[in-house]
Amino acid sequence: MKKRLFSLGLCAAMAASLFAGCGNNSSSEVSPENVDTSGELTWRIGGIGPTTGGAAQYGQGVMNAIQIAVDEVNAAGGINGYQISFNFQDDEADPQKSVNAYNTLKDWGMQILEGTVTSGACAAVSAETYNDRIFQLTPSASSTSVTEGHDNTFQICFSDPNQGTVSADYIAENALGTKIGIIYDSSDPYSSGVYQNFATEATNVGLEIVATEAFTADNKTDFSTQLQKCKDAGADLLFLPFYYTEGSIVLTQANQMGYAPTMFGVDGFDGLLGVENFDVSLAEGVYLLTPFAADAEDEATQSFVSKYEEQFGGTPNQFAADAYDGVYIIKEALEAADLTPEASNEEICEALISAIQNVNYNGLTGENMTWNAAGEVSKEPKAVIIQNGGYVSVQ
Amino acid sequence: MGFLTYLINGLSLGSVYAIIALGYTMVYGIAKMLNFAHGDVIMVGAYLVFMCMSNTGSPAIVSIVISIVCCTALGMIIEKIAYKPLRRATNLAVLITAIGVSYFLQNMALLIFGSNPVSFTSVIKWQGIALAGGQLKITGNAIITIITCLIIMFALMWFVKNTKPGQAMRAVSEDKDAAVLMGINVNATISLTFAIGSGLAAIAGALLCSSYPSLTPYTGSMPGIKAFTAAVFGGIGSIPGALIGGLLLGIIEILAKAYISSQLADAIVFAVLIIVLLVKPTGILGKQIKEKV
Repeated sequence: MKKRLFSLGLCAAMAASLFAGCGNNSSSEVSPENVDTSGELTWRIGGIGPTTGGAAQYGQGVMNAIQIAVDEVNAAGGINGYQISFNFQDDEADPQKSVNAYNTLKDWGMQILEGTVTSGACAAVSAETYNDRIFQLTPSASSTSVTEGHDNTFQICFSDPNQGTVSADYIAENALGTKIGIIYDSSDPYSSGVYQNFATEATNVGLEIVATEAFTADNKTDFSTQLQKCKDAGADLLFLPFYYTEGSIVLTQANQMGYAPTMFGVDGFDGLLGVENFDVSLAEGVYLLTPFAADAEDEATQSFVSKYEEQFGGTPNQFAADAYDGVYIIKEALEAADLTPEASNEEICEALISAIQNVNYNGLTGENMTWNAAGEVSKEPKAVIIQNGGYVSVQ
Repeated sequence: MGFLTYLINGLSLGSVYAIIALGYTMVYGIAKMLNFAHGDVIMVGAYLVFMCMSNTGSPAIVSIVISIVCCTALGMIIEKIAYKPLRRATNLAVLITAIGVSYFLQNMALLIFGSNPVSFTSVIKWQGIALAGGQLKITGNAIITIITCLIIMFALMWFVKNTKPGQAMRAVSEDKDAAVLMGINVNATISLTFAIGSGLAAIAGALLCSSYPSLTPYTGSMPGIKAFTAAVFGGIGSIPGALIGGLLLGIIEILAKAYISSQLADAIVFAVLIIVLLVKPTGILGKQIKEKV
């Protein structure tokens, strides 16, 4: 009997821990002021992204930035006279959790989705929005698998092919390195996508790739072998198309083995300076690709950055800026299509698909942004270099 | 020079696997159960070291000692609550319970520490040595890890062979019922085994995260599986087997990454395991035990 009680108690404790986990997730999802309880007709814009986990800085940045933009738009009278309700769900950058988050938002009555933040999760969700005919605009999922075959999905960030190509061109033009080593995550569509396009363009512009090394999601804590191979091959520049969590490990291990090539990351390295307990001095001199630099002088950037710092603390990254632009792009498209929230999801979706292709938007992340039918944006990426613990634009 | 560097990296990784594998192999040898929660005790150990070092600013060695004490207690508590009531149950029930405890620990860590990865500060401040005019650089992490592993291994072998509790352990692993008849406290012996295994897990956690500095609630699961593989590889139940299995696994993994394909490294490691088990089903140092009918 005693044993049985023991095991019962244990079961209860385990079950409780499971539910506690759920509770933790859902409590961060909906802050009460975002939920429309008045029964008033509003635009229901949903957001999905990782607010916890390995890419948490992106999700938090996107969530905060959308909130700033939504507050601004609402204060200025909303879109076509209707206010916006905004609801953001955490997906930990996991495709399964992302689809769950999407279903939660659908139950809430979402009409337009601004998300998801990471490519792998976004590809899963865009298949769902495509079937449900819900218009989707992702601030930061750059893989082509997100937009391919989904006429309802558009990107604010530049796509992977674009990033790979631009990086190779940039390295060649500025003569940053002659012998290139590449390390990429072969289990991640974003990382492999950028890598493939970089490799193609690098040969075109005459860069010599001396080492190409991969890692997988199950084996992403030890890069010493990959680094050693690049070092042995004589690489003087490492192209690192993956996220900042692994980026911080690569930089630490390269430092431990006394290997100091030029490090060139793409947009996934944004967030490197925010890794908890990471020695940021290791990131000095790292290049990364971004359409947004928080140190830009123009009025729009300054106002956004100061609002962000005031409300949430910290400097917003490029995905926050992309997400902020996203709300205004949706606003412009909705105004061009002259819609009201009474329209069905399908009507909104079809109208926005054609409206967004006529939008020409000047935002934080680029001038004259336009979209093609494939869902890709046309804008200029910029490279920044990390100096004294901050981003400095290089031209 | 490249080959030597890979070999040392492999030895260092293998040493961590070996220390973790000890926990699996000792528990299996004595309690005849697979403690799948072992990998997660490593994660808890690493978090404890990290918290002691960053929150209270304790020196590394003090943090590790605190972590060892806490993990030892944790291991004994887990055994007492989750496994002891099932001593007479089927192996399958205990196995499932172990998987449950593993998820329980992961979820508790998610609740307490959150899922954001932290960059672990190495507990070893020594930069290492450079040989052959700087051509061959051996990191302090690698040297200390390998030495620690060897010390633990020999200390443990001595302990099992020459002390009273060690003899009790061997007796229990031979025949539990006969050991009871000889006046050995089987429950206390099994508790001691869990205590030693979990204490070692704390050391393994600190060493693992010093070399591979990213700590999340899932940090322990993959090394746990690899170390379990190492234990089976070397012959589960055998202490020198855990050492040989761990070192071989680490070296094969790094060399496969270096000379065959960095993508296929894991596949190659497990292919080697399958081949070894086909040729020698009990593992490299495993003993053939005749089943009594």
